[in-house]
Amino acid sequence: MSTTTSDMSMSVAKTIPSNASLKPPSANQAAPGDERVRRISPWRALLNRPELGSIAATILVFVFFGVFAGNSGMFNLDGIMNWSQVAAYLGIIAVGACLLMIAGEFDLSLGSMIGFAGMVLAVPSMYFGWPMWLSMLFAFVVCMALGWLNGYLVMRTKLPSFIVTLAFMFILRGLTIVLSTQFAGSTIISGVGDKIAQDPVTHALFQGNTFQWLFTWLAHVGVINQLPGGEPVVAGLPKVLLWWAAVACSAGFVLSKTRFGNWIFTVGGDANAAKNVGVPVRRVKISLFVLTAFCACLFAVLQVSDVGSAASDRGLQKEFEAIIAAVIGGALLTGGYGSVLGACFGALIFGIVQIGISYTNVNSDWYRVVLGAMLLLAVLFNHYIRSRATTGK
Amino acid sequence: MNAQANIPTSTDDYILQLEGVSKFFGTVISLKDVTLRLRRGEVHCLLGDNGAGKSTLIKTLAGVHRPSEGRYLIDGEEVNFKSPREALDAGIATVFQDLALVPLMSVARNFFAGREPTRKMFGMIPVIDMQLAASTAVDKLAEMGIHVRSPHQPVGTMSGGERQCLAIARAIHFGAKVLILDEPTAALGVKQSCNVLKLVHKARERGISVIFITHNVHHAYPIGDSFTLLNRGQSMGTFAKSDISKEEVLDMMAGGTEIQSLVDELEGRQAA
Repeated sequence: MSTTTSDMSMSVAKTIPSNASLKPPSANQAAPGDERVRRISPWRALLNRPELGSIAATILVFVFFGVFAGNSGMFNLDGIMNWSQVAAYLGIIAVGACLLMIAGEFDLSLGSMIGFAGMVLAVPSMYFGWPMWLSMLFAFVVCMALGWLNGYLVMRTKLPSFIVTLAFMFILRGLTIVLSTQFAGSTIISGVGDKIAQDPVTHALFQGNTFQWLFTWLAHVGVINQLPGGEPVVAGLPKVLLWWAAVACSAGFVLSKTRFGNWIFTVGGDANAAKNVGVPVRRVKISLFVLTAFCACLFAVLQVSDVGSAASDRGLQKEFEAIIAAVIGGALLTGGYGSVLGACFGALIFGIVQIGISYTNVNSDWYRVVLGAMLLLAVLFNHYIRSRATTGK
Repeated sequence: MNAQANIPTSTDDYILQLEGVSKFFGTVISLKDVTLRLRRGEVHCLLGDNGAGKSTLIKTLAGVHRPSEGRYLIDGEEVNFKSPREALDAGIATVFQDLALVPLMSVARNFFAGREPTRKMFGMIPVIDMQLAASTAVDKLAEMGIHVRSPHQPVGTMSGGERQCLAIARAIHFGAKVLILDEPTAALGVKQSCNVLKLVHKARERGISVIFITHNVHHAYPIGDSFTLLNRGQSMGTFAKSDISKEEVLDMMAGGTEIQSLVDELEGRQAA
């Protein structure tokens, strides 16, 4: 598809010699309309957007499951809630991982941080008698402090973030198991969900659904199906979806509209150049490590509220899933390029594939194969996009 | 920060001085007792072969290194820069060889990287004024005779000469009093080098003082007002253009005599 469009636009530009871009800028050339400007069709302009690949892949995935699972209930309201929740959880951490990747760093401790945050939330409230809201605040503070430490060590030692956060991946996972076995005597602390339900602050912020009245009304007027008792099939909008939307919108806004967003791109594109133009490289990168830790903690708090317990294996491999979602969304592993919207589409693909496979006749063991293949395709596609962006072909 | 406003009446007034500066890295002596005096509004060429200490000197001027010995003065007052940012704030803008441009970012975003213009969205949220950034970038580049195709094209799509000009135009726009150019023509073709030299001339016309670092005498001599030669970390002296010919400059550089002996050797072989 892309070859035909590039052929078309080449024919538009045929009158201009192909080495036009090598012509030097000329001082006496008072050209209001530069003859070296080639017309680029809107389609080709779109091709240069980082999120294009993930949007195309999302459409592809939708078509696939529409064909193979169209009448299985996957696209009913309850089905949609099912996979969109999976996407929302991943989306929250993918946004954090995406910004960090654009700034040229990784955080492999993200998954372990999720498990650890759950424990830090559960232990004080269950065993020290802390009110839930205080435990929650404590969990956020501890996680963000650890994120800061991650970033500080990376910047201070100048070691690759890969190594530093790999160490933290093990440290935090180990601490999670230690905390859990020390206090609960097992790898799971249960009963946290009930505690959260009793606490008005944490319950209102993180637990269950919202907009129940809307869904009840929609069921009443017959837009959505009713259960035999008269309740709607979906009680309300899961709060995790709202959190995803909030995190993604604010991150997207910061990245594309604010000075800080420009700094993220500069720092990831060339840290030395960023330093030379006066961008506070260290501050930008460390604050993004803190953001990633915040996202991991948010993930954990929402999950503990939803599942009702904290367990030491929570968040396993989530760091890779978040990175994959960001890469499918067009982020370059080398930094300096990517998009929040793309990362969200990457997370959406995850949700659809993970849940959708069980709606089809395909053995759900194929889930990882599909995602692995998709990651490979995404990287190849991104590589192609980047070489176009830097050479202007 | 307005360069034209503070042109002094006395032409003997130096805007930037290095007095007897040395720089050591452990046991290595990179610079030894170097004195460099930059007059207002002149193009001062700093010539030297590889290993002469040019890079160390630039980094000292730019605030990356601090001199181990000697004094660094701006407008006659001693300064002690702790970071490139401080030098920048004092109006000393350095265009390094890597240009400090990010290829994947647009012209406008690069032009304002680190110093983005902002406006208030809904009267409260500070956001980048992208329109202002784009139009200013295009205007400022046009003033320097560079016509970019679009302010939103990635810098990666520009030629080496255009990138060099973009970096220089950016430094001028942000109020550089002194422009330090690190080998701006090193990787360029003949025509592109000419454009950069023209740009240096334009900067001088605007009253900006320029330190032009190069090992290419053919680029330095036409544009330079005075020349300082560096060899193995030491200054071989500063010469006004009227006092020295291109050939003499070439000879004084380490390469001069060596190339001459090479030429002699080759010619001798041909004759034999």
